[in-house]
Amino acid sequence: MDFEFTEEQLMIRQAARDYAERELIQDVLERDAKAEFPTRHIKNLADLGFMGMIVDPKYDGGGMDTISYVLAIEEISKIDSSVSVILSVNNSLVCYGIEKFGIEEQKEKYLKPLARGEKIGAFLLSEPEAGSDASKQRTIAEDKGDYYLINGTKNWISNANSASIYIVIAHTHPEKGHKGINAFIVEKNSPGISLGPHEDKMGMRSSDTHSVMFTDVKVPKENRIGEDGFGFKFAMKALEAGRIGIAAQAVGIASGALDRAIQYAKERKAFGTEIANHQAIAFKISDMAVKVENARNLCLKAAWLKDQGKPFATASSMAKQYAADIAMEVTTEAVQIHGGYGYVKEYHVERLMREAKLTQIYEGTSEIQKIVISRSLLSD
Amino acid sequence: MKVLICISNVPDTTTKIRFNADNTAFDTAGIQWIINPWDELALTRALELKETTGDTIEKITVVAVGLKDAEPTLRKALAIGADDAVRIDAEPKDAFFVAEQLAQVAKDYDIILCGIEASDYNGSAVGGMLSEFLNIPSVSSVSKLNIENGDVKVNREIDGGSETLSTEVPFVAIVQKGIALEPRIPSMRGIMMARKKPLNVLPAVETEALTEFVSYELPPAKSACKIVDTENVKELVDLLHNEAKVI
Ligand SMILES: Cc1cc2nc3c(=O)[nH]c(=O)nc-3n(C[C@H](O)[C@H](O)[C@H](O)COP(=O)(O)OP(=O)(O)OC[C@H]3O[C@@H](n4cnc5c(N)ncnc54)[C@H](O)[C@@H]3O)c2cc1C
Ligand SMILES: Cc1cc2nc3c(=O)[nH]c(=O)nc-3n(C[C@H](O)[C@H](O)[C@H](O)COP(=O)(O)OP(=O)(O)OC[C@H]3O[C@@H](n4cnc5c(N)ncnc54)[C@H](O)[C@@H]3O)c2cc1C
Repeated sequence: MDFEFTEEQLMIRQAARDYAERELIQDVLERDAKAEFPTRHIKNLADLGFMGMIVDPKYDGGGMDTISYVLAIEEISKIDSSVSVILSVNNSLVCYGIEKFGIEEQKEKYLKPLARGEKIGAFLLSEPEAGSDASKQRTIAEDKGDYYLINGTKNWISNANSASIYIVIAHTHPEKGHKGINAFIVEKNSPGISLGPHEDKMGMRSSDTHSVMFTDVKVPKENRIGEDGFGFKFAMKALEAGRIGIAAQAVGIASGALDRAIQYAKERKAFGTEIANHQAIAFKISDMAVKVENARNLCLKAAWLKDQGKPFATASSMAKQYAADIAMEVTTEAVQIHGGYGYVKEYHVERLMREAKLTQIYEGTSEIQKIVISRSLLSD
Repeated sequence: MKVLICISNVPDTTTKIRFNADNTAFDTAGIQWIINPWDELALTRALELKETTGDTIEKITVVAVGLKDAEPTLRKALAIGADDAVRIDAEPKDAFFVAEQLAQVAKDYDIILCGIEASDYNGSAVGGMLSEFLNIPSVSSVSKLNIENGDVKVNREIDGGSETLSTEVPFVAIVQKGIALEPRIPSMRGIMMARKKPLNVLPAVETEALTEFVSYELPPAKSACKIVDTENVKELVDLLHNEAKVI
């Protein structure tokens, strides 16, 4: 048992913190208000190697472990989760999925530019009628011999506009249920792809979320990931890894809110003393800190298991569910500690609270995580 | 040309300073160490010059006088982009001691960069002493460093303006704010490459420190700020006279 980070992990955490505290903080409020994509920041973070930081250097990635990744996502999320979700989707869903399950040609052609951050990836699983119940795919990928023809609509797609490489999940053999589903690498500029309007979201407003329509989109056969029918398993495996990123994001949101609450409680005076001296406030801080620490440890444990090559699906669901739920609680308390100031944008905590809410919904709602966790405990 | 950056390993600027029980030593427990901010800017400028002046700069080395715990700081400098690092294995006893240690490495370099002060002990002494040991020129308070057609030009801030000097190499530049805009953040690639870059450890030369710390004392706690209404000039005068005793 060793709770120490390595020198390199600390260096990466510091690099992410420096970027967030120097750069992201400067326009985070404005981008949130205008729902503006962080183009400049994504370019800079790509130059620093964050967009493909966990990809093998042989595919132009940063070659860092999942612990380092978790630390970086946490630091960025303390300030700006719109940016961390772009990183998370690219790293732990798209890059991870192609690196782990793709063939060499796919890695050469698609993984390398994604890992270098020259191109951004998106992961297209959810549909208007298939969210939690992801196997109810209505998007169809018809086998036409040497290509597939895709028709259907995907919903809530992060990076939909900024991405140029999509991983699309679709049904090829609806009669086979989830065993008839496939995953494809699709170039966004393929004819027949169109986007719905930018969703006007509650939080993470500077990440671009759209619905994506496919009308007779031709995808070459060699762009299918894995064997025929591997798509659902692929999506679930990618999400197992992705959830560690979202858990880290939730930890970051919560710990960012906690930091701000501590600072504010030491400055704000009421009834002749700093509010931190009122035990009701001090105990809130204590409760928040215990939750953040718990969530961080769950998240690091899941990352560690993944780095060790051990099964991590249950651990990543536990981390994601707990971290998301406490992020909601901790940010709500941070707003409470700020009183009226917490309810206005300038103090950031209301934004963190809006961001926290999404972590309970995407990449599997908290309820779905409980299904995953309980099944793993109750199955024989 | 070869560039050497002397790096002081200092506590993070937000550190809460504590001393040991009898106030004779700084308590380093739990401290996060960083590259002295001026030295980090000096390194940034050296990298900018290397990138923009063709083959003029063949190598950038960082050096620190310190024990093993200074190595993470040196490796960070390697991750940011220095080519190699040297640690002179000794506790940095005082500025004279440090400068004499640095001289054994610095004698092989053309441009030697020191910070204007180390953010911990704020001695502002090492750079000047080092140039004396090497018997080469030094320029202090350097806020710009350029190489034009192989000639080194430096700018210094002076009262009410700035002056430009040209200097021979080798020389010591003691740098301050302005030398580079912002320190660089190491990239993943840089961090990976740092694993393979050399960090050589040299034994210290025999020399004695000239000074010794006797004791430390924290400054008095800042007293609370009093706000006087603009209407109450009399109260203000009263407070300044009787309480602050400044008029
Ligand atoms: C901003 C944003 C970005 C997103 N980005 C992406 C993306 O990039 N790619 C992508 O594919 N998807 C993305 N999603 C979609 C997201 O993953 C889904 O919204 C999520 O899986 C929930 O699906 P749903 O919205 O259809 O809700 P539903 O599945 O309709 O769920 C509604 C409610 O019912 C609950 N529920 C459902 N089934 C059960 C059950 N069996 N037991 C108990 N409770 C249940 C849910 O927990 C939830 O509370 C994104 C969503 C948002 C909002
Ligand atoms: C563990 C420890 C114990 C110490 N004990 C004592 C003590 O007992 N008595 C005492 O007087 N001082 C002690 N010091 C402080 C030591 O004297 C200073 O580090 C040294 O004097 C340089 O600091 P300065 O403020 O004079 O540097 P400055 O002259 O302010 O530094 C200017 C520049 O010199 C260079 N530089 C400074 N220090 C180093 C270094 N170590 N390696 C490479 N370049 C450097 C950097 O470029 C820096 O920007 C100790 C320091 C440490 C870390």
